[in-house]
Amino acid sequence: MGLQATRGGRWLPAFAGMTAVLLGTPAAAVPIAITNATVMDGAGHSVDNATIVVDGGRIRTVGPGPAPVGATVIDGTGRTVTPGLVVGMSDLGLDEVGGVREANDTRAAKSPFSAALDVVPALNGRDSQIAVARAGGVTRAVVAPEAGRDIFAGQGALIALREGLDIVTRGRAFQLVELGEAGAENAGGSRTASFTAFRNALVEAQRLGRGRDAGNKENLYPRADSEALVAVVDGRESLVVHVERASDIVGVLALKADFPRLRLILFGAREGWTVADRIAAAHVPVITSGLDDLPDAFETLASTRSNVGRMVAAGVVVGIGTSGGESTNQPRNVTQFAGNLVAQGRLPGGVGLTRDQALSLITRNPAEIFGMADTGTIAPGKRADLVVWDGDPLELTSAPVAVLIDGVAQPVTSRQTELRDRYRDLTRGPLPPQYRP
Amino acid sequence: MIMKLRPVTTDANTKGRLGDYTLQAMRPLAMIIAVLALAACAGKPPPKTATDKPAGPVEVVAIPADPFPSTYKPYPGVTTVIRGATVYDGAGRKFAPGMVRLEGGKVAEVGATVAVPAGATVIEAAGKFVTPGIIDIHSHLGDYPSPQVQAVSDGNEATRPNTADVWAEHSVWPQDAGFTRALAGGVTTFHILPGSANLFGGRGVTVKNVLGRTAQDMKFPGAKPSLKMACGENPKRVYGGRNQSPATRMGNIAVDRQTWADAVAYKRKWDDYTRKAKAGTARPTDAPRRELANDTLMGVLNGDILVQNHCYRADEMANVIAMSKEFGYHVSAFHHAVESYKIADLLKAENICSAMWADWWGFKMESYDGIRENIALVHNAGACAMIHSDDANGIQHLNQEVTKAMAAGRRAGIVVPPEQAIEWMTLNPAKALQIDRQTGSLEPGKMADVVLWNGDPFSVYSRPLDVWIDGALMYDAADPNRRPRTDFELGQPGSGDVK
Repeated sequence: MGLQATRGGRWLPAFAGMTAVLLGTPAAAVPIAITNATVMDGAGHSVDNATIVVDGGRIRTVGPGPAPVGATVIDGTGRTVTPGLVVGMSDLGLDEVGGVREANDTRAAKSPFSAALDVVPALNGRDSQIAVARAGGVTRAVVAPEAGRDIFAGQGALIALREGLDIVTRGRAFQLVELGEAGAENAGGSRTASFTAFRNALVEAQRLGRGRDAGNKENLYPRADSEALVAVVDGRESLVVHVERASDIVGVLALKADFPRLRLILFGAREGWTVADRIAAAHVPVITSGLDDLPDAFETLASTRSNVGRMVAAGVVVGIGTSGGESTNQPRNVTQFAGNLVAQGRLPGGVGLTRDQALSLITRNPAEIFGMADTGTIAPGKRADLVVWDGDPLELTSAPVAVLIDGVAQPVTSRQTELRDRYRDLTRGPLPPQYRP
Repeated sequence: MIMKLRPVTTDANTKGRLGDYTLQAMRPLAMIIAVLALAACAGKPPPKTATDKPAGPVEVVAIPADPFPSTYKPYPGVTTVIRGATVYDGAGRKFAPGMVRLEGGKVAEVGATVAVPAGATVIEAAGKFVTPGIIDIHSHLGDYPSPQVQAVSDGNEATRPNTADVWAEHSVWPQDAGFTRALAGGVTTFHILPGSANLFGGRGVTVKNVLGRTAQDMKFPGAKPSLKMACGENPKRVYGGRNQSPATRMGNIAVDRQTWADAVAYKRKWDDYTRKAKAGTARPTDAPRRELANDTLMGVLNGDILVQNHCYRADEMANVIAMSKEFGYHVSAFHHAVESYKIADLLKAENICSAMWADWWGFKMESYDGIRENIALVHNAGACAMIHSDDANGIQHLNQEVTKAMAAGRRAGIVVPPEQAIEWMTLNPAKALQIDRQTGSLEPGKMADVVLWNGDPFSVYSRPLDVWIDGALMYDAADPNRRPRTDFELGQPGSGDVK
């Protein structure tokens, strides 16, 4: 059976029928088997002619052999199966249209609160961005707010891009703080202020956590913000720190001397390669976008597409995230970013990754960095978050033909596919285009 | 009504100095016009003037075509034969394997085999690919350079809705590292536009991606300037936010139309003056006062300046098309045309190109209906389709953006083979910039603007190895001495690295 689009762009009936069977099927009902596929497991390995059996929302077996009797079969012949893509940073679910203030909940510059801000109530599972990203193979994502007027942006969440409203898998998953140029600006105009504000905020939270400082009128942060930071200073919640410049990275790593329980994650780190050994020694993981190679700020002068390859070579755990938005850095384009990291290694003097390594940067690594150990790889017992691709998953010409989250097949349509179908034929019909499906 | 009056005023002068501005050296065409003007006067009595000037040749005050002429000069190259590569010539042909010969700065021969002159540098390129240099019709490199600090942010003269008087080239900082990254991505020519805050943003300039000490060093010789116009949200937001017109889309069109009406009147004054001056009945002091914004608009009406129009929505494009007919100009291309697929038939009928992204959408309301099939649908309708970047990062991988668009089209049943899709980033933007006689494809006699890729340019794993511009090897991934570094990058961490 070929899961191929016809020339007319319609899915072959076999696949359409199968999709109908799979969609909305309760995870526990019938086992699913993806047969005879090339499997890239996200953990650095690829095998050919494998069958993946899914039952109860989990991966049960991966290996040679036929599908179990009674299983719904997806023929993976000529296909590649990967873990569902995990995007290490995004604004998915927070804005339907970036430039429309009413439809954008990424930033709250007029709020009196900062660290206390929580994306969970703002997340919308019906956001079109989610459907578009899902059609591109994204199954899990890290979602962060953008900093408003403070160095602290607030608390981010982890989501599953499953159809429907129930997308949050973990709220208050981390705190995001700006300690580079943006942080300096928000803190009053200088890094002297941003690092001072940061230390002060954590000290205020420490005191509050120890029950010593409730109601202290000298506190600069509202109580709600301090309460949110108690989990950070105690190490119960990760702290994602956006910095780019090498000196800022070193400064952030040094914070652990004063706040030893901080669980740091670096975000950005465009100059990370110049201090990769220090990042690796500190066992601090990095989320970055990978393709930026311009000195587009004074904090990014050392930018290069070899940044990721060099950090990985030094032993840093790196995941790919997007800086948000619907232009170049779309979550669905993380495969393009990963592919380019492979390309970088094929240039004289460039340092890149293997294909399997690159895939792990958009599956296993971000999952691990954010504590989603049960997804991001294809192995027995893991969540059945799977993507069946019509070609090399990192290639620009490839696209998912099936996306499973927790063993449930997901729609790979969106309002974009509906627009495409409406305007495919511009011939004047009996009624205006607005009457078409 | 379409004005078809051709300029007779361009550089036509008999004197080196007239009025309150200095005229440029005459171009050959201008000299012919000047001679004709003189010839027309032969046999007539010299015009009576209020001055004591002796009778002599008629003096016709003219607006200089380009007071900031290109000082670009190709760098030396050697006769080069690339052998064994898959060749996409950018004009619909594919040779696999094929050969290309570059000679005297031009493409000399392309085909399955070409002559190999004695002494030619031969590059064995089996497994590699050759394409024309990539052309980006929408860039702000130099005007919004790296680093993105206010001190060098010079892309939007957002002070009034009509700034047709400003020229993007006067903001270009030749030390923008973005040029070098675009070069490493295979871009040999691009068009730098002012931003879109204004309805009439100013003049755009086409440059060759050869760094120099001045913007003039980069200017594509003979390429027409453009007029950047903008529809939609940006102008109405910028000026509406100041409680100033335009604050709405109807305001956009109203201000546009009044501006064009004024430009038509300006052109009439100049045409009238020129006619009289040539007939010997007008003096230099009768020449109309120069209005720089109207100079640009009149250039459009005269066909000397191309309109590049930022316009997302299909309905707004239709409004602009109607307006262009009212005032007698033609839109060369709609840029950021995310809704072109809704009116691809109209765009074909009007012979207007669309400059599009592969997949940007939803970052603002007017981009909400962007789809990945846009480029393929426009192409399929027979209209002119182009990729564009508008982005210092995107310009580095336009081949990848074309690939995404091609693949989306194929999945929708629109099969555009690579040898055609490549035109979206080569020949079609050359056409929309009216430089397609000089570059945009690998055809004999054209500029040797060529990229050698280490693999299929329609693969994410491929990157340019070598880039020639006018036959000169201006980028070599393997040779640090053929990888430019801007002044800004000197002494900075990672300077000279393969980026």
